[in-house]
Amino acid sequence: MIRDITIGQFYPVDSPIHRLDARVKLTMTFIYIITLFMINSFIGYFFVIGTLLAVIKVSKVPIKFMLKGIKSIMLIIIFTAFINLFMTRGEQILWQWGFLSLTLEGIFLALKMCIRLVLLIIGSSVLTLTTTPIQLTDAIEYMLRPFKKIGVPAHEIAMMMTIALRFIPTLLDETDKIMKAQQARGADFDTGNLMQKAKSLIPILVPLFISAFRRAEELAMAMEARCYHGDENRTRMNRMTMQRRDYHALVMGLVYIVAIFGLRYVSYLLPFII
Amino acid sequence: MSIKINHLTHIYNSGTAFEKKALDDVSLEIRKGEFVGLIGHTGSGKSTLIQHLNGIIPPTQGEILLDGENIHKDKAKLKEVRRRIGLAFQYPEYQLFEMTVYKDVAFGPTNMQLPKEEIHANVVSALETVGIAPELYEKSPFELSGGQKRRVAIAGVLAMNPEVLILDEPTAGLDPKGRDEILQAIKRLHEERGITVILVSHSMEDVAKLVDRIIVMHDGKIAMLGTPKEVFCHVKDLESMGLAAPQVSYVFTALKEKGYEVPLDVYTVEEAKKVLLNFVKQVSV
Ligand SMILES: Nc1ncnc2c1ncn2[C@@H]1O[C@H](COP(=O)(O)OP(=O)(O)O)[C@@H](O)[C@H]1O
Ligand SMILES: [Mg+2]
Repeated sequence: MIRDITIGQFYPVDSPIHRLDARVKLTMTFIYIITLFMINSFIGYFFVIGTLLAVIKVSKVPIKFMLKGIKSIMLIIIFTAFINLFMTRGEQILWQWGFLSLTLEGIFLALKMCIRLVLLIIGSSVLTLTTTPIQLTDAIEYMLRPFKKIGVPAHEIAMMMTIALRFIPTLLDETDKIMKAQQARGADFDTGNLMQKAKSLIPILVPLFISAFRRAEELAMAMEARCYHGDENRTRMNRMTMQRRDYHALVMGLVYIVAIFGLRYVSYLLPFII
Repeated sequence: MSIKINHLTHIYNSGTAFEKKALDDVSLEIRKGEFVGLIGHTGSGKSTLIQHLNGIIPPTQGEILLDGENIHKDKAKLKEVRRRIGLAFQYPEYQLFEMTVYKDVAFGPTNMQLPKEEIHANVVSALETVGIAPELYEKSPFELSGGQKRRVAIAGVLAMNPEVLILDEPTAGLDPKGRDEILQAIKRLHEERGITVILVSHSMEDVAKLVDRIIVMHDGKIAMLGTPKEVFCHVKDLESMGLAAPQVSYVFTALKEKGYEVPLDVYTVEEAKKVLLNFVKQVSV
């Protein structure tokens, strides 16, 4: 149950997507997210879904893993759908009750918003599932470099993210262990009213916080013992270098962008295919 | 009260790249009042096995019978199963959370909805058994030393008055004094209350001194099962599984290889002394 949270969970297989430079993947994910908000037709979504499925297929990550991320934001999706369904004003009113009205426009809008959210989550899962946290933060640090001049602590931000990501699985495992240990002492997390349920979290949260602080302190000591002092004059063991396949990927990204613009244009010309 | 394990298999993260078969068709019976040692290399499945015994993790295949009844048959009875089979996890001090030692130990019995007087009696007797003095009862558990914390945590399991006590590497990471205190407490428990104890450990010396029967796990399977005498004869087999026999076993195996007629089933220092003195006497006559 606790393992349903896929964010920051790398899926270790060898695939062309896994081998891509993290900077390329990060850029493409950005482009992908922006295009999601540019699409205005269902044809566009079909195209994006098709592309995404192809990428997932190539990445060799089981689709089950991609879908897990959706479960955790199901509530947000349902809420979005509800708001759009009943709060959208339109001409073709199908059903009305007080201030709630169901319109054809509302149905389409709700559908589009939900597809958008789902595609957003799955798309970013592709990035995190195929890229190790270390690669990802290295890429972020690289991308933030231009902003160093205006005082953005790029290295420090990246280091904090690396550490945070690194400890997500550790803390999840720890939570799992603590839950089991308290269950062995008869703790019950599932029954009771809201108040009782909240109270039953204390035996998990207190040990979890204590262990997180202990780990943080130990890590800080270990880093200091190895003379870590931040960014200055720091070299890397694994330097990021662009390979031929990375350029190929960028070209494909370009084709993708052109296709999205093309589809936008098409849906202006032929509005009836929505 | 007996625990019977039938063809137990457990697979973690089934159907993913992280899939791991931690237990592979394990069958076993643990009798009332026994003191069993469970040994095996790290990752051999010891912790997974014992977490099945009180229903904390459900089997992928197979069943666990408590007095002949499958513990997962009736979900409502699972809490009672967990009371009867007390399980202290590895590094149990990480489960401490209450404001005082007393309250933390009372957490288990309170969850089990025992009557108030019984809770008090259980808590005091559990803390006494593990050797925590009354002046520490109102202290915060986080002020105690490492060994004391661990004993308080074990008391937290004991206070539920279990019929079986399972301890997962209770001495890991403790200094010799802390280790002896814990082992003494466990021994006392077994002798005075007659409860069944399952001790997971990879210190052969600890196990050799205490237990009636040893289970050796390797790669999710039971590799050996028998009295310490029987198991520690097989020094070579143990080593091939990344384990070691008690030091004394090595001495006697080496003596035998040199051609001395000594028995191989000696594994404690006291016994070794007796046997060797006898041997020297015979030779010098
Ligand atoms: N919660 C878990 N999730 C996934 N794999 C696990 C989990 N717990 C243990 N394992 C794996 O199962 C195997 C057996 O582990 P464990 O029972 O902890 O062995 P031991 O206690 O003998 O060291 C190991 O390979 C371990 O990595
Ligand atoms: Mg273990």
